[in-house]
Amino acid sequence: MLEYLQIFIDALNLGSIYALCALGIALIFGVMRLVNFAHGDMIAFCVFALLWPSVDAAAIVFAGSLPFWLLIPFMLAVGAGVAVLLEIVVFRRFRNANPATMMIASFALGFVLKYFLLMLYSSRPKSIGLWPSLGQQVEVAGLRIQYLPIVNICVTILVLVALSLFLKRTRYGLEMRAAAENFTMARMLGVRANHVIMLAFAFSGMLAAVVGMILAAQSGTVDIQMGANVMLVAFIATVIGGLGSLPGAVIAGFLIGFISTFMQAKLPVDARPFRDAFVYAAVIVSLIWRPNGLFAPKSAKQRV
Amino acid sequence: MTLLAVENVSVSYGRLAALRKASFTLEEGDTLFVTGPNGAGKSTLLKAIAGVVSPREGTINFAGHSIGGRSPETIARMGFSMVPEGRHVFGSLTIDENLRLGVGMRADKDQAERDLEQVYGIFPVLKERKEKSAGLLSGGQQQMLVIGRALMAAPRLIAIDEPSLGLAPKVIDDVYNALLKLRDTRGLTLLVVEQSATRAMMTGGRMILLRSGEVALEGNARELAKGDTLKKAYFGYGDH
Repeated sequence: MLEYLQIFIDALNLGSIYALCALGIALIFGVMRLVNFAHGDMIAFCVFALLWPSVDAAAIVFAGSLPFWLLIPFMLAVGAGVAVLLEIVVFRRFRNANPATMMIASFALGFVLKYFLLMLYSSRPKSIGLWPSLGQQVEVAGLRIQYLPIVNICVTILVLVALSLFLKRTRYGLEMRAAAENFTMARMLGVRANHVIMLAFAFSGMLAAVVGMILAAQSGTVDIQMGANVMLVAFIATVIGGLGSLPGAVIAGFLIGFISTFMQAKLPVDARPFRDAFVYAAVIVSLIWRPNGLFAPKSAKQRV
Repeated sequence: MTLLAVENVSVSYGRLAALRKASFTLEEGDTLFVTGPNGAGKSTLLKAIAGVVSPREGTINFAGHSIGGRSPETIARMGFSMVPEGRHVFGSLTIDENLRLGVGMRADKDQAERDLEQVYGIFPVLKERKEKSAGLLSGGQQQMLVIGRALMAAPRLIAIDEPSLGLAPKVIDDVYNALLKLRDTRGLTLLVVEQSATRAMMTGGRMILLRSGEVALEGNARELAKGDTLKKAYFGYGDH
């Protein structure tokens, strides 16, 4: 029983990272039909904002030494800032391009971001002690857990609740939902395309910053590649959740987290190195069963 | 006062010319029907005015501003409300949310609340279900919803593309009665695209007939109905 509870917490922890990252991708896809492959590099970019640019092996901590009540707003601002900047400088010019063109552009942009970081910080992973006190363990009813997963899960729940309140209760939230369903019609009702898209990018950037902070706190290192793996899984989550569906992306993110954690714990030892093969086999089965995703939104069909 | 003036407007999709040098004007408070066979460029004309497609040439003036090539939201914010073909309700939003979407650009929030009550007064069926998802409404109810939504923007001109498409005759009558009542009580200007010329003649007002992207005929709907010029223009008998 305890063992399952432990696995359950681990699964929630991993799932919440995937879910937050998938949400960042789904938000932008919803309003722009753009699969933003630069999202992973945006995550890395946010994490590197913790450090001063230097190619030395030792990290020179910059924002990372701020107290958390300053650090978190700073990181969110970095995430939102870089995302909005990319929108204005790059994606705006592809607004009416076909989705494949936009996707390739986002790939290219991801490389630009990555090599920009490489230039400033070198490719060596650097260690950083972000909130080391979260690594402490507590024992609750025989269960040994760190604070960090619990904090992650709570943060994720908080983010999800805040975002859904925003979408349901505010004017801009209403406009974003409408724009995600039918952008042209929304514009004909006076919804400003630029505002809605910039807002989606800002949220997506903030989500990237949150994921970045969680990853940095968890691994204790910063690495140029750190967004890439999460990005891949999160992208898969948005597809099996149904591209454009926000709840779908979140649920599928958690789902992959669960499948992955349970397989890690419960597969026969010999099969464990091949865990990912089993996870992705499940993805294939899911896509054969529901090609448009588990929670495909109505608007996913071709629009005029 | 001339509210809308379209002059020599041409629109092409790739090499296909959908609209060729179309011109007409619409006075404030008037009703104009745009009719014509399939593929005549009726919807393209509305889309060009709404800013959804850019004209290749020509000028469009609305309420004293040149709007050719401006963005749909800018044109909407000037008081042009568009109800495109196929209704386009936001199915995942509630009926109330659909209606409120129309008021985003308005500063007079109190008046907007009163307008919302008025729209619910005109279409009581919407009020009964206001918290329900709009995707669950029938075709006629959806048409009422999009007209109501267009009204919520307090527009000077409402352009409606094929309001009768796919609706039962009884429902079409309801939709038109509601529209005409609005025109008379609010001083709205109507621009209606309607494939059925008969409907235009029944309702009265001015009419233009588009064929192959060109304005083939223009005049008073009821007078055009008398002779067979309309039939000739519509079906193109004169060409043979």
